[in-house]
Amino acid sequence: MNIYIQGMGCVSPQQTTDGPFLADIREYEIHRLKAVEPDYKQWIDLKLIRRMGRVVKMGVAAARLSLQEAAVTMPDAIITGTAYGCLDDTGVFLSKMISQQEEMLTPTAFIQSTHNTVGGQIALLLGCHAYNNTFVHKAFSFESALLDSIMILREGTVQHILTGGLDEITDHSHAILSRFGLYKQEPVRNTALLQSDTKGTIAGEGAAFFTLGTVMAAHTVAQLTGLTTLYRPADIPEITGALQVFLAAHACNAEDIDLLITGRNGDVDEDSAYEAITQALFPQTAVAGFKHLSGEYPTASAFATWMAARILQWQQLPQGILFSGAAPAKVRKILICNGYQGTHYSFILLNAI
Amino acid sequence: MTGNVWIAGGGVICGIGAHLQACLEAFAHMQPGMQDMQYLRSIHRGVLPVAEVKADNAELAARASMPEHISRTALLSKIAADEAWASSGLGARGQYRVGFVSANTVGGMDKTEDFFADYLQQPPTGGRLQQVVHHECGSVTELVADAMGIRHHVSTISTACSSGANALMYGSRLIRNNIVDVVIAGGTDALTRFTLNGFNTLMILDPAACRPFDDTRTGLNLGEGAGYVVLVSDAIAATLSKGPWCRLSGYANANDAYHQTASSPDGTGNYLAMKGALEMSGLQPEDIAYINLHGTGTQNNDDAEGKAIQRLFAPHYPAMSSTKSFTGHTLGASGGIEAVFAALAVQEGIIYPNAHFTTPMKECPLVPATAFSSGNRIPHVMSNSFGFGGNCSSLVFSKQ
Repeated sequence: MNIYIQGMGCVSPQQTTDGPFLADIREYEIHRLKAVEPDYKQWIDLKLIRRMGRVVKMGVAAARLSLQEAAVTMPDAIITGTAYGCLDDTGVFLSKMISQQEEMLTPTAFIQSTHNTVGGQIALLLGCHAYNNTFVHKAFSFESALLDSIMILREGTVQHILTGGLDEITDHSHAILSRFGLYKQEPVRNTALLQSDTKGTIAGEGAAFFTLGTVMAAHTVAQLTGLTTLYRPADIPEITGALQVFLAAHACNAEDIDLLITGRNGDVDEDSAYEAITQALFPQTAVAGFKHLSGEYPTASAFATWMAARILQWQQLPQGILFSGAAPAKVRKILICNGYQGTHYSFILLNAI
Repeated sequence: MTGNVWIAGGGVICGIGAHLQACLEAFAHMQPGMQDMQYLRSIHRGVLPVAEVKADNAELAARASMPEHISRTALLSKIAADEAWASSGLGARGQYRVGFVSANTVGGMDKTEDFFADYLQQPPTGGRLQQVVHHECGSVTELVADAMGIRHHVSTISTACSSGANALMYGSRLIRNNIVDVVIAGGTDALTRFTLNGFNTLMILDPAACRPFDDTRTGLNLGEGAGYVVLVSDAIAATLSKGPWCRLSGYANANDAYHQTASSPDGTGNYLAMKGALEMSGLQPEDIAYINLHGTGTQNNDDAEGKAIQRLFAPHYPAMSSTKSFTGHTLGASGGIEAVFAALAVQEGIIYPNAHFTTPMKECPLVPATAFSSGNRIPHVMSNSFGFGGNCSSLVFSKQ
């Protein structure tokens, strides 16, 4: 059974909700890339917009765009992946609870702080009673959501699944994550991030949703061929070994990959792993990056999946994404090899239709 | 995508017992776990009763063989997961492809809320990072997976009060898709000031012991704990010397799509989840011998669940009870804990009692069981978990 991406929506630090595909790359010189938010009024009632947290609005917008493109009004399942969940509302409730010493609290922020708020709100807005699940496993959040979707589609009882990955940055979360030394000390332009060769990366956020189905249609974007995750690989050979097993499971080898998209994020240590993987398995392959566009966050692989599927659909490489090698004349097969802090790797294989 | 998924074992730690056998004794002796708060620091101590696990973090850490400074949620998780694994008799984990699918609602919030108090005093440098490093829900799962040496598949689900049940569904799919052979699936949540105060703002916490399905009910009591089952494939089930406890024969997840926190008046999501789980198991309503209710004890939840049960089961009602009347509502853990109780109910013919029940609900006069009994003929059990975000899940466990 083949699984197809029938429509997609993406809110990111780039202009991705409308206009031509990554035609005008936004440049940043700060360590925190903020999502370019669309006018939510086109999908959400004004009264609701004011109450909703930012991550919820981003999720709803990406979900709506995805369904719109797929011409699906009611999905048969809604499966969300988010590592951090609704940080803003969590921070609001936590701050008030502490500063007001557990007194005179109001429920709104608490209600909206639960990790399934995005999935629940999408269901509520669509009036969708179908299967609804939320995965919250760090850099495997989107991958788990995608895997659950694939497994359910293979059961053959549903037609369309809406799935996506999203995370937000808040002032508190950025301040705290910065203290862990995740981000660069020196100023860096995002367009030069992948060549920076120093410690740390830049923070990002966003939401990307996909409407998946098993029947090819006129508007089908790409084929989602395979997905796997690798937790805590001991060394590079374990990663390359797992990659070879993954490719073999999908009846191809490294030479069949027209474009490799890696999770290179400008951190000298993390990037050295991609370097080693590329040298070992993909010495001749064109290699692209995406985290200079999206920033680094646990569900950034959802942005990569969105970008890869668009490349396959339009047969067009956005400017400035190629890291090494020559742009292929035709892009039939894209492999996304994403890593997160050296502990979480995922491989996603997409085919042109 | 084929084959059956069996329950090879289970483990629980919660407010009525440090392990499954202790929980059974508490049910048999009608001893609910709600008391004045002893371990959680909150201004609500002495006012709002909670079902705490009766041990401090030092004691739990020693039992879990984990450091004391990590989240209580991870400590509880490890203790219940260890018990589940040991009860399965599967031996060394290295022989199998093992997955760990754990649910929780607020990750390491018990530590984050301590961190945040210091952080807010002196932002952004205040607070010790060690207390916030495991804030993420997934981090709690990984602490336990790492301690147990599990790497084949690790995932975390958070759908509020239905989280633990969804972990069993996903775990079951992982086995049916031949991704792993064995999955430890369930959930964990420690009490936190964050959740206690959150539920308190919703005005659904009963200052007395909760009374699920009773006409006098005024809210729920929060609890804490962890519960996991060990899910195995047909091939592994065949190797179990004592055989599996039972089979996970059906499950379904539906969304109420009515309100972020409240249930729809007619329990649409509840009905769809129960109906879907029955359909998957190929059973008729009258085949179910016992329902482990979601039964939180709030006006709205019990009303919706009761109406959905009437719609699906009338006139042949199975025995039913809410074990939350003993354990309190353990949120992300509840689906896991109640799955263990439900699976054991099939294996040992148990009907659990519903504490503090006296008067049937006017709008929906269902009468839950009020005494513990075992050795009943119980071929099929349903377990319900419904929650915020409209997330509703039902599981069906069958003898064969």
